[in-house]
Amino acid sequence: MLDVKIYNSPVKPTWCPGCGDYGILNAVKAALAQLEILPHEVAIFTGIGCGSKLPDYMTVTAFTTIHGRPIPVATGAKLANPKMHILVVAGDGDTYGIGANHFIQALRRNPDITLIVENNMVYGLTKGQYAPTSQKGMVTSTTPEGAIEVALNPLAMAITGGATFVARGFSGDPKHLAWLIAEAIKHKGFSLVDVLQPCVVYNKVQTYDFYRERVYKLEEEGWDPADRKAAWEKAHEWGDRIPIGIFYRVEGEPTYEDQVPALREGALTTQPVGLDPQAFEALLNEFA
Amino acid sequence: MAESTVNNMTIRLAGEAGQGVDTGGAGFAKALANAGLWVFTTSEFMSRIRGGLNFYQIRVADHPLYSHVEPVNLLLAFTEEAVSEYAGTVVPGGGVIYDQGLKVREEMVARNGVQAFPMPLVKIAQEVGGNRIMMNTAALGAAAGVVELPFEFIAEIIQRNFRRKGDAVAEANLKVAEAGYRYAREHYAAGFPWKLQPRKTSRPRLMMTGNQAIGLGALAAGCRFISAYPMTPASSIMEWIAAHGARYKVVVKQTEDEIAAITMAIGAAFMGARAMTATSGGGFSLMVEALGLAGMAEIPVVVVESQRPGPSTGMPTKTEQGDLLFVLHASQGEFPRIVLAPGTIEQCFWTMVRAFNLAEKYQCPVIVLTDNYMAFQARTVLRQDFDYTKVEIDRGALLTKEELEQMEGPYLRYKITESGISPRALPGHPKAVFQACSDEHDEYGHFEDEDAENRVKMQSKRMRKLRTALAEIRPPEVYGPEDPEVTFLTWGTTYGPVREAVDILNSQGVRARMLHFVDIWPFPVDAVLPLLERSGRLVAVENNGTGQFAHLLRAMTGREVDDRILRFDGRPLSPDYILRKFEEARIHA
Ligand SMILES: Cc1ncc(C[n+]2csc(CCOP(=O)(O)OP(=O)(O)O)c2C)c(N)n1
Ligand code: SF4
Ligand SMILES: [Mg+2]
Repeated sequence: MLDVKIYNSPVKPTWCPGCGDYGILNAVKAALAQLEILPHEVAIFTGIGCGSKLPDYMTVTAFTTIHGRPIPVATGAKLANPKMHILVVAGDGDTYGIGANHFIQALRRNPDITLIVENNMVYGLTKGQYAPTSQKGMVTSTTPEGAIEVALNPLAMAITGGATFVARGFSGDPKHLAWLIAEAIKHKGFSLVDVLQPCVVYNKVQTYDFYRERVYKLEEEGWDPADRKAAWEKAHEWGDRIPIGIFYRVEGEPTYEDQVPALREGALTTQPVGLDPQAFEALLNEFA
Repeated sequence: MAESTVNNMTIRLAGEAGQGVDTGGAGFAKALANAGLWVFTTSEFMSRIRGGLNFYQIRVADHPLYSHVEPVNLLLAFTEEAVSEYAGTVVPGGGVIYDQGLKVREEMVARNGVQAFPMPLVKIAQEVGGNRIMMNTAALGAAAGVVELPFEFIAEIIQRNFRRKGDAVAEANLKVAEAGYRYAREHYAAGFPWKLQPRKTSRPRLMMTGNQAIGLGALAAGCRFISAYPMTPASSIMEWIAAHGARYKVVVKQTEDEIAAITMAIGAAFMGARAMTATSGGGFSLMVEALGLAGMAEIPVVVVESQRPGPSTGMPTKTEQGDLLFVLHASQGEFPRIVLAPGTIEQCFWTMVRAFNLAEKYQCPVIVLTDNYMAFQARTVLRQDFDYTKVEIDRGALLTKEELEQMEGPYLRYKITESGISPRALPGHPKAVFQACSDEHDEYGHFEDEDAENRVKMQSKRMRKLRTALAEIRPPEVYGPEDPEVTFLTWGTTYGPVREAVDILNSQGVRARMLHFVDIWPFPVDAVLPLLERSGRLVAVENNGTGQFAHLLRAMTGREVDDRILRFDGRPLSPDYILRKFEEARIHA
């Protein structure tokens, strides 16, 4: 167990007081400390949004990319250097809206990447428009009469799409969340931790109290995460009771990078740049 | 002066997609190259998988060729439409080979002194080979017969191409080709003036396409990662590299879209792999936001933009140079980028090597601009022009493990320096903990998107890299006499057509000169200004409708061109086209 202080940053968070992102930040640090992953052994990729500022408040290798694109950037990074631990931390708009196609593709590719979604069911940074995960009827600045679409169900999508680890946490319970994130990082393959994250400014429905009254822990009810079909059904439970914990987990599926022939001899980044002259002549011979 | 009729001609194969126009043409071109001749091929394909009308055109000579030309000496027409569409491109005295069974009126072919060469090609295929599908083999044999190329060169290429399909297939094709050859030689060779004779070659030659040269250059430069989304005419770059990926340890990732294509390459480059993507204008449009990410976060990424006529889907299988100003300005804000536009197969190779070096030295996106014409053209080139000992890998200011270990204090990824270049560290080292950031940031990489002073410092630092890079930006190639009366200003893939037009004009006593740009941005102003003073009449020659490079020249030097020779009908510029337009302008002037 490392001291979480090694991840501290001189930068003070700009999040609103009480924002659910604080709990996620603490949980990420705690999970890394627990797994004894040093700041240079992990790279955190984010998009743009309130939650995407998370690594700025840490000392860790990080890349703040653009809105919606942290997943492909992280995938490229993983393929270049599979030895690094790779985390993606991004908002629900980032992941399930503008970047949704990348999310779907990552599910079936199964790179060894952990995706943590700060799901506040609203667009925080742009001041309160509705998000793909906003519940039907949610009133926001762009849906004054209530959102018309049905909310996107990320967990069911992930299970359907081929994810090998699917979990949900609650930022109001950072200890439990840290455990989930650690399990996700330990999992070899693509892991999703969707986090219920209250936005205290723009989401007046899904508040801390709303969740505290409803969430329960799957592992406390003897949930078996090996059953994919049951997990998919469980992913639809949303009402008086809201499950958190590991919905689905399957071990032993090959990762994308494990199956790339070019990576058989290790990370691209540790190999010399350029060709062996004989290999080059062999290439020229193809044109002779 | 009558032009030589030995080793100086153009052969066009034309027919429907699926009739082997492309493979047959490529095989024939290879046979000519093996005979020691210089070859330049172009093709025009319709955007469909079956049917339509396509052609593959082979120009052949005793000397190196840089361009195609429009007049055809021998047309191999596989369909009636191929005859009616293209008989008009054949010069007087030239010939059209076609199957007797096609409904072709001979008078129509013979209209302009063109000779009709009807032959029992299908019959030969059926009777000698047992399958009418070998009709194109019979036609290729016939073409060789008419030009009296020794049959051994055709035999060799048939053996090579059909070996995979088994001895029986190769044997049958060989017999069909030979029958076609004999028939044509007996009936038509005597009346056909153009002949091809093998030549001894002293220096080994290669034959490759533009896209192959780009792939080869990328591998030579140590590219280890390509992520791309298929789009004509760029797709065959990814396909060629994919075919070599396992052996040369290149990760090849076909992505869900072009946004993922460029962002994955950016992720791989961030980690330290030499990474690229390749696309056409439509895909590049999707990459635009991420191009700025590479600019802001200072990630070395190489983007090949192989142009085709737009706007929008445009003409997917045709050519144009319509994206120059777009790639120069794409993405919001101001950031350094380098734009290179190779003009020959050799330049495609060397430009890729330079692109990867420049990207890492200046930690910015490098755009390599080509087009359909370059992508699909094939040329014989000298093997010695691809000398690997001349390939230099320069990764720029990249901190070694030792340097990182000895470093005092924290590593500053975006350290402010005189050159604008902040030494780069690759993630994974205990000292290399930093944040790459798309928001304005401080030297460490932390968000600093409010402070005015920091903004000016960081933006100036980034932009200084362009000034630094300018020192190794190459001036345009000057081709032609010292005191020109006319200078053709051109860039990228028009190199060959303009160079040959210049040669022809000089042989006619017109002192014409070419200024050809590969390095376009940062613009080499200081090198260009003196050249403009002695230009004579300055004529922009571009494969687009507005003269985009002429705009750039005016913006950068204040010099307005005197005239423009432009083409935007989807077809490449050719020496003939340039000379025609030049004549018209002279008449009107
Ligand atoms: C291409 C692009 N479109 C729009 C934006 C503006 N924008 C920034 S963050 C954001 C949405 C943020 O929502 P979410 O991803 O849920 O993050 P949150 O702020 O809620 O944590 C938008 C639309 C942008 N930065 N880039
Ligand atoms: S707007 Fe909402 S999500 Fe953003 S910092 Fe404030 S509370 Fe957090
Ligand atoms: Mg959100």
